[in-house]
Amino acid sequence: MALSLTGGPPPPATSIPTGQLARPRTRNRRWLLRFAVVVIVGAVFFFPFYWLVISSLEPQSEILSFPPRFFPGVIQIANYTKSLAAFPFLQGLGNTLIIIVGVEVGQLISVPIAAYAFARLDFPLRRILFAIVLGTLMIPYYVTIVPQYLIFRDLGWLNTFLPLTVPSLFGFGGAFYIFLFRQFFMSIPKEYDDAAMIDGCGRLGVFWHIILPQAKPALAVMAIFTFVAQWNDFFGPLIYLTSSNKFTLALDFYAFQQQVPGLQPQPANHVLAIATLITIVPVAIFFAFQRYFMRGIVVSGVQG
Amino acid sequence: MTVTNAAPPAAVAVSSPVRKTRRRRTLRQREALAAYLCLLPWLIGLLVFTAYPLVASLYYAFTDYSILSSPKWAGLQNFRQMFKDPLFFTSLRVTAEYCGVVVPGTVIIGYMMALLLNHRLPLLRLWRTIYFLPSMVPAIAGAFLWSWIFNSQYGVANGLLGDLGITGPQWFGSETWVLPAFMIMTLWGAGSGLVLYLAALQQVPSALYEAAQIDGAGPLRRLVHITLPMTSPVILFTVVTGIISSFQIFTAALVITKGGPNNGSLFYILNLYNSGWVNFQEGYASALAWVLVLIMVALTLVAFLIARKTVFYNSNGGR
Repeated sequence: MALSLTGGPPPPATSIPTGQLARPRTRNRRWLLRFAVVVIVGAVFFFPFYWLVISSLEPQSEILSFPPRFFPGVIQIANYTKSLAAFPFLQGLGNTLIIIVGVEVGQLISVPIAAYAFARLDFPLRRILFAIVLGTLMIPYYVTIVPQYLIFRDLGWLNTFLPLTVPSLFGFGGAFYIFLFRQFFMSIPKEYDDAAMIDGCGRLGVFWHIILPQAKPALAVMAIFTFVAQWNDFFGPLIYLTSSNKFTLALDFYAFQQQVPGLQPQPANHVLAIATLITIVPVAIFFAFQRYFMRGIVVSGVQG
Repeated sequence: MTVTNAAPPAAVAVSSPVRKTRRRRTLRQREALAAYLCLLPWLIGLLVFTAYPLVASLYYAFTDYSILSSPKWAGLQNFRQMFKDPLFFTSLRVTAEYCGVVVPGTVIIGYMMALLLNHRLPLLRLWRTIYFLPSMVPAIAGAFLWSWIFNSQYGVANGLLGDLGITGPQWFGSETWVLPAFMIMTLWGAGSGLVLYLAALQQVPSALYEAAQIDGAGPLRRLVHITLPMTSPVILFTVVTGIISSFQIFTAALVITKGGPNNGSLFYILNLYNSGWVNFQEGYASALAWVLVLIMVALTLVAFLIARKTVFYNSNGGR
């Protein structure tokens, strides 16, 4: 499987350049045309990012002029300090991070060990249970949400982080990662297990001493994907968290950009400054861990 | 030899002493025990957070249930209400139109991106990153950004249209243009499938292209007869996941339009959210959720039925 999609040398050009039999000049022209298209499409898809950052740096007078200017006359960093003064960034960040850490720890406990059972152990109903794992991937979140909400209400957990973190301790929402870890574990040679078991290791010992230490790439994929998914999550916090000191960044942002009757709405450049800050984190994580992202995404397509 | 309880046939066939068989069985039992121990957290989660809620919401779908009272059996009342409710049909139409454009759109654009980038080009990594990056943007921030881009007074979209001498529409403020605006916003994230398509393209054996070229097949015919069939399983995968995710669009709609103007962007989940968390009709919301499940199952089945005729599974390569 082609896993090194970004790192390393460019891929072998599997599709033969269109005009291998054609003369070099037409080949060059085609190549140039292709490159031009790549650049133009890239510019189109990059433009909204540019617009986000530019608009967040412009003074009020400039963003509220029409037609808009593509290159700002004045850069105003103060937009950021001003909007941060009105936006509870640190509190939101803290709340978001608490949820992220909770979910990560929960998944770390529940997911790899379940995947180990599916990858290595033989037991009754194994195939059916694994089909159920994959089946839960297809169930829309919104079907289970009403009864889940009522469970947590009856437990008195509304307006706490528990409904957002505790389910992951029981593998809820982790079906894709169970699949990912199972695929990964199956690529580890079984001889390691046998050797360890001859040395007197139990099955759980094999998991702990042999399998898990080799699974660092899969652990990284899960940790990164979960971080980004939780950072971006909106619906869960929206229905479970009600008091603003519990809000995640996404919820804070939702409240911040809302136009409340009777209150002066936040200027667009200030809202865009916060939007930029919220966007930077997943984008930076993507840059830092591109290799793991690619691997995780490619594995997700294998089941197709 | 007396076999006491229903032993697996393999154990019977092996003519080994009874003691050895029993020892093997206990080993198997211990393995099964260890397995279920490993699965215990997930199994509890499956029962508590998936299986029970599925059954409960099916039950609520047949009850009159507002969050403050206990559920009262109401038979098909919720479904009758649904089929009389113009909002339900509006949400269905809006979501179907959106999906009808967005699912093929993201697949085709993403695939074309992959075809473009499956060559040696300068700054290849940069282009791949730029094409893929929009799918990393938090829905909430992306929603506000696009409402700003499509702002009818100061937005850059209408600024560009103005340069061309066109007076831009109201976009998110117009009943006719609100869906196209959402579609364009979503198509911005079309690069999310890029990585998968590239991986699939690189697994197509180059011998096939060489053979086709010797037979005189041009670029278009090679695409239609080799590349597309060889990568069709991945296309099927992205189509199915695309249907599932686009049917569940919610955050952006809540942030930008709240379903307006005049319910022109009342997506299915938005309608469900309003029923359950604004109007507190949990029974009706559950009925809506189950209808959603049925729609998704039906669409997925249709996709797989079409796939049975068109998707090509290479017998000796990756699946």
